Amino acid sequence: MDLSILGYQFMQNAILSAVLGGIACGTIGVFVVTMHMPFIGVCMSHAAFAGALLGLWLGFNPLLGAFGVSLASAAVIGPLADRGELSPETSVGVIFSLMLGLAFLFMGLMPGTKSGALELLWGSILTNTRSDVILLGIVAAVVVGLVFLFYKEFQATIFHRDMARSVGIPATVMLYGILFLTGATITASLRSIGGLLIFSLILNPAAAAYQLTYSMKRMFLLSAGFAVLSGLIGLLMSYLFNIPSGATIVITSSAIFGIATFFSPKRKVKPWQKKPLVEEKQ
Amino acid sequence: MSNTVINIENAVVSYREDIALRGVSLRVKSGEFVGIVGPNGAGKTTLLTIVNGLGKLIHGQVQVLGHHVTPGSGHFLRKKVGYVAQAQNIDPRMPMNVREVAMIGRYGLLGLLRRPGEHDWKIVDEMLELVGMTHLARRPIGHLSGGEQQRVAIARCLAQEPELFLLDEPTASLDWRAKTDILELVKLIHDSRHLTTLFVTHDLSSLPVACGRVVLMKEGLIWGEGSPEAALTDDNLSQLYDMPLSAVKARRKEAILI
Repeated sequence: MDLSILGYQFMQNAILSAVLGGIACGTIGVFVVTMHMPFIGVCMSHAAFAGALLGLWLGFNPLLGAFGVSLASAAVIGPLADRGELSPETSVGVIFSLMLGLAFLFMGLMPGTKSGALELLWGSILTNTRSDVILLGIVAAVVVGLVFLFYKEFQATIFHRDMARSVGIPATVMLYGILFLTGATITASLRSIGGLLIFSLILNPAAAAYQLTYSMKRMFLLSAGFAVLSGLIGLLMSYLFNIPSGATIVITSSAIFGIATFFSPKRKVKPWQKKPLVEEKQ
Repeated sequence: MSNTVINIENAVVSYREDIALRGVSLRVKSGEFVGIVGPNGAGKTTLLTIVNGLGKLIHGQVQVLGHHVTPGSGHFLRKKVGYVAQAQNIDPRMPMNVREVAMIGRYGLLGLLRRPGEHDWKIVDEMLELVGMTHLARRPIGHLSGGEQQRVAIARCLAQEPELFLLDEPTASLDWRAKTDILELVKLIHDSRHLTTLFVTHDLSSLPVACGRVVLMKEGLIWGEGSPEAALTDDNLSQLYDMPLSAVKARRKEAILI
């Protein structure tokens, strides 16, 4: 293969974006999957998309709009999710549809061509600039750094929020922290992957990792690894066949999930289930 | 009294439109084992949540281990208060093993930015041994039965080295054998450690024998209290659960047969 393409800055930016965005999305995905809140993430990514369009329409930085609106949606969803026993799906559904409605409204109100808006919808990692890469780098570093520093608090919050609270861990702060990081990750990846597709890069790699391990640490590593792999393979496909990168990245991540599910040890009889009970007790 | 570890004065707690506690006062001395009995919705769980600072008082005050329970002191106090809730639905695919779940009990004590060390793992392993779960220590938590998960919850609670032990229907939804085992374990822990224990249940057959005092609750109030023999009379139960006296007598007679 001709590797001279790696010499171009646009390709370097794209590769760095895939790696850094993959690390951030894969890490955030572990929370989304283990805490059973995929719908909340979908809602936040559409909120980010609506916010970015608001920015495009009114002429301020779309990423600022994306971050602001996705955090605002998290501020509404957070208390619903925190209530625990009550399923927040209905309320999140209402907010989700509102965000989609707002996105189309802003798109309709926008004068001139809609190419900028469509780019935010599909994403185009090949047009990422150095500043996009820097933003992704900062977000990836913050996400990974916080998970590393507060690993045990995050772990307890994932396991059971009420229980985490009862041992003196500020589970509510942790939950809002997770929502905040989700908003930041979605915002930073918006231009590369696109508002419609970004969520699958958060969900699929973590869902694949969830199929493969009973260790949370390994799940974080696998998930980030799968997300980076999806980004790189997707980028390669996009380049080779001249097809939209957002789509190839998301389809790759779905394929990885399919393979992981197929080989999942969680769907098979466990080694200890094969042993007779008497042996077990000794 | 210096050995009073819980002092609740005229506590009122309300969730939305419902009043969960309507003026409850209770004192518990160090080392006591208090059973809290009453029908569903009597405010038993709420009583526990104001002791560990998770419930919000709208009137009255609570002192626990010599500290006033306020929203600010809650975190600090919860590190000293072990809490076991009823069996939870845990995702069988949850990526955590039994040992890691028991270690969560020490997380609050350890504080931010500190990782569990050898000493912490030693305590966790001792507690898993005590509850008889050593042979399952490396298993994914979601693969355990309800009774086994409750034993792990008790181990987690003890790993916290608590000064107060709160149990909220720990045997609900467990089978008869698992229930008996948990009750014996709770008794063993109280007897060997003299840990002040509050045990909430709506089910009289789940009241441990170790229980020295019974508090009867109904409709957000303390309705009566006394020794188990004095409090749990047919008359009292008939009124507490709104059941005819004859039905209570028949039910209790059946219960003895089990």
